[in-house]
Amino acid sequence: MRNVFLFIRRHFNFLFFLVLQIIALSFLFRYNKFHEAAFMNVSTELTGRINEKYNGIEYYFQLKRTNEALVKENTRLHQLLKDNYEAPDSNRRLIMDTIKVDSGRTILKFNYLEAKVVSSTTALQANYLTIHRGFAQQVRPNMGVVGPQGIVGTVVNVSENFATVMSLLHRNYKVVVKLKNGGERGTIEWDGLSPLFVTLKDIPKSAKVVKGDTVLTNQISSLFPANIMVGTVYDIVPDNASNFYTLKVRPSTNFFNIEYVYVVDNMQYEEQKRLEDSTRKKVQ
Amino acid sequence: MSELLKNTIRFILFILVQVFILFKMPPLHRFITPYLYYLFILWLPFSLSRAGLTLVGFVFGLCLDYFSKTPGLHAAACTLIAYVRPFVIGLLISQEGADKNYISPSIVSMGWAPYATYVLVLTLLHHAWLVLLEWMSFGSFLYFLGKVVASTAVSLLLVLLTELLFFRKQKFRTNTI
Repeated sequence: MRNVFLFIRRHFNFLFFLVLQIIALSFLFRYNKFHEAAFMNVSTELTGRINEKYNGIEYYFQLKRTNEALVKENTRLHQLLKDNYEAPDSNRRLIMDTIKVDSGRTILKFNYLEAKVVSSTTALQANYLTIHRGFAQQVRPNMGVVGPQGIVGTVVNVSENFATVMSLLHRNYKVVVKLKNGGERGTIEWDGLSPLFVTLKDIPKSAKVVKGDTVLTNQISSLFPANIMVGTVYDIVPDNASNFYTLKVRPSTNFFNIEYVYVVDNMQYEEQKRLEDSTRKKVQ
Repeated sequence: MSELLKNTIRFILFILVQVFILFKMPPLHRFITPYLYYLFILWLPFSLSRAGLTLVGFVFGLCLDYFSKTPGLHAAACTLIAYVRPFVIGLLISQEGADKNYISPSIVSMGWAPYATYVLVLTLLHHAWLVLLEWMSFGSFLYFLGKVVASTAVSLLLVLLTELLFFRKQKFRTNTI
């Protein structure tokens, strides 16, 4: 026993170093699986406050570009208004409306919650955004996040007033999307090479793809509503060995100056998840 | 100004510069991530005990981690260089008792060549450990090699600029041995 104590006293510095190194590594490797590890909730709140102060200054310099992006989005939404479309009346008979329930709320699937971006990075291999909207303001983990120009990422961690969003520019991020023309499904990933491009995989070679094709979200992902802009095909990477295309896609969101985003709350997700889980249990 | 106060201010400043300037810069290339924050550990005073140095390194790295949302990554690298620092200084210090006559490692206290070697060795070590941990979750060997070399080059340039801009006056202290 005495020898053990002597050993510890003699090599205290080295053992102390080993202990700290092991703590750091356990934080790192557990974090990749569970985002709750390592007091992230508390620290998000704290770093969020500091980021907010900095953003107050930075935001001023982005005002013009932010305004332009919002005006463009407004124009796009105005064009979707029902009142803009009017065809000459061609009905001949009166149709009685038989729907008895007026339940706009219960069939609402996606609810948009606006949020301000207080911090974002693009220079790392694992990029995150911090938004100033948290648990107290109805944000929960696993909600999709879209910007004025297109999709941004997914909420991974939530504190009281802030939330962390895993951006499209993260090595572990994956989302199911589709091509606008043919509707073929594929997966968007980031290869870490350049923050200007992401990779679209798993599109079968039977699909017709040309440069400039639009890539949209797919309702299969259940995080995002269908038909939200993701990006455009920039280049088709030649790969003769595979039956699937590898496409270089330019995201429509500009991650360098994003200021406002919308958190998309899928109100029917709980029910869908419950059904899918119970099905899995039954089949087993 | 006392050493404790000076180093506390440096602690905050280095983290803020790294998070709000160097991490915000538009990326030049995928191999280049400009790191400067670890210079805080290289500038810590000689008098700090080895266990204290390791602990300060760990806490400092973890603080940066909470900003970059990668808990443990920078903490592991900082703990490593803080632990190795006394060995490197012991090998490189030329004058007998220079670590008693001066407060902290610098060009004045160690001499130009030993100080450059000291910075180079610890920078390489820091980047190699950092990128190795990143490489374990994704990437290839080319990525590892390229990123260590390119980031080290950029970091050394930044350290050189910082040393020139913020020249640290070091008084020769006698009657201390």
